[in-house]
Amino acid sequence: MSPQGMLGYGYPMESLENGLQEQPHAISVDAGSTDGGPHRLGKGVGGVSRYATKKDLKPLVLAAKRLNIPLFIGSCGGSGANCRVDWMMDILTELAEEEDLQLSVALIYADINQQWLLQKWEDDCVKPCGSAPPLTKEAITQSTALVGQMGVEPYLTVFNEKVDIIISGRTYDPVMTAALPLFYGMDPGLSWHMGKILECGAIAAEPGTAKDGMMGIIRDDHFLVRPLNPNRACTVQSVSAHTLYEKTHPYHLPGPGGMLDLAQCTFTQYDERTVRVDGSRFIPSSSYEIKIEGVRPVGYRTVLVAGVRDPIFIEQIDHVMEKVKMEVADYFPELKAKQASLHSLHYGQNGVMGEREITFGHPHELGIVIEVIAKTQELADSICAFVRSLLMHYDYEGRISTAGNLALPFSPPELSGGQVFTFSVYHTVQVESPLELFPIKKRTIGGRR
Amino acid sequence: MRTETVLKDLASVIRSKNAGPYEITFDIILDDDASFQRVQSSNRLTTDTICQLFNVEVQDIVELVFFKQARAVKITMKRTVPSGSPGERDTYGAQQHVPLLNLSIP
Repeated sequence: MSPQGMLGYGYPMESLENGLQEQPHAISVDAGSTDGGPHRLGKGVGGVSRYATKKDLKPLVLAAKRLNIPLFIGSCGGSGANCRVDWMMDILTELAEEEDLQLSVALIYADINQQWLLQKWEDDCVKPCGSAPPLTKEAITQSTALVGQMGVEPYLTVFNEKVDIIISGRTYDPVMTAALPLFYGMDPGLSWHMGKILECGAIAAEPGTAKDGMMGIIRDDHFLVRPLNPNRACTVQSVSAHTLYEKTHPYHLPGPGGMLDLAQCTFTQYDERTVRVDGSRFIPSSSYEIKIEGVRPVGYRTVLVAGVRDPIFIEQIDHVMEKVKMEVADYFPELKAKQASLHSLHYGQNGVMGEREITFGHPHELGIVIEVIAKTQELADSICAFVRSLLMHYDYEGRISTAGNLALPFSPPELSGGQVFTFSVYHTVQVESPLELFPIKKRTIGGRR
Repeated sequence: MRTETVLKDLASVIRSKNAGPYEITFDIILDDDASFQRVQSSNRLTTDTICQLFNVEVQDIVELVFFKQARAVKITMKRTVPSGSPGERDTYGAQQHVPLLNLSIP
């Protein structure tokens, strides 16, 4: 049972109860992703709060304990870095004490040692993942956080002894669901494919949401998926569509240890709310590869939000912005030296799509977002304030509104955004053992029950 | 003779999203098998049309695959900057699908 698409997103208690009545063999939940951008890994923060994580976790821990089934939480705390596994353990410890529960917990860590990666790079064992550029020595040495995406093997190792809960660092998303069927020798293709569908909770249902859950039932030659909430249904379309979700290719899904091949897969409506899946195949790879994710800091960000309503200004925005950027660069040599950067987004014109925008014309009002990134917060703040004063009073052609060009919603107008990161490593590394990068610790926490 | 229509009138899903930090992927899921056939045989969803629609080069297109079982077309292309980097417009890549909506299909 997957109660939700992301720990901390919330789920209806009725859905959880519905699921528990079916006596699932495990509860699996994903708690992280790279989708939110590089700052989570860089800063050691999550995409959801501690409050929401604890609120969602409590009923799952109590239910797992009551039914005597394991609870698997992967990619803890957003990025799956070691500090985020410890963060999750801290929440679990607090819960165990508050509920007077005794819990045995396996912690699987996923941080990657920089020197180890450098050695692998020198040994030519590193390949770009998808469209990532070739890895460089600088990209490795400038990275301040590195995690490896574990496959199922660390979970299988833990299963040799009984634990109540596994909390793992960065984990290939389907692992938490696929692990138990794989342990019991079920078909790998079906196990992985069911994991792929369940990792997003009820996103693969109609209406779809990550804030609700799904049940997967695996049998020898097929599996079934059904949402926990009776107001949702799995349809052939919702499930087959989800197979494509956030993947490069529609039916070849590479992962640690092999590739899920869905070319021969069939989806059939089993009953009103349940879809049956057949024919998913897993093709083991000749060598075992781990995906490494890394980020490096690129400076500090300051943001300005401003509105413009004057049509004479709006008509000339591209020209005005170009002139402003030139004047700012004349004042701040850091911009010309590429030690700082200045970007502008023009909402109402092409803020979302930039050069790919296909609709042209002048809107009646324009939202401008200025982004400055510099090596210190102070410099970013200084440049952004300079841009604001320049834009505010810029004397463009035909100007009749001579008191100011911008409607500023905030005082202070500039918002200091803190440290900024970029992905520096998104590469696969060939390893000798699927276990070598992922140390396992076991802890017993809490009270008597 | 059948009149021309646009892609959004044949599809129940047209969406975009990151496929990892370096790629963006577009999923088009057609309403029914006939619509899937119609779109596939129209030859309007090709690398060339995608390049024109999105103002990208052929080498930026990573995949363009028709997947019959899901009545789906998937197009994956390289991102202009890695997700969430300086100069980003759409960290999740969730609002880049629009040029596909009105692609005309005979």
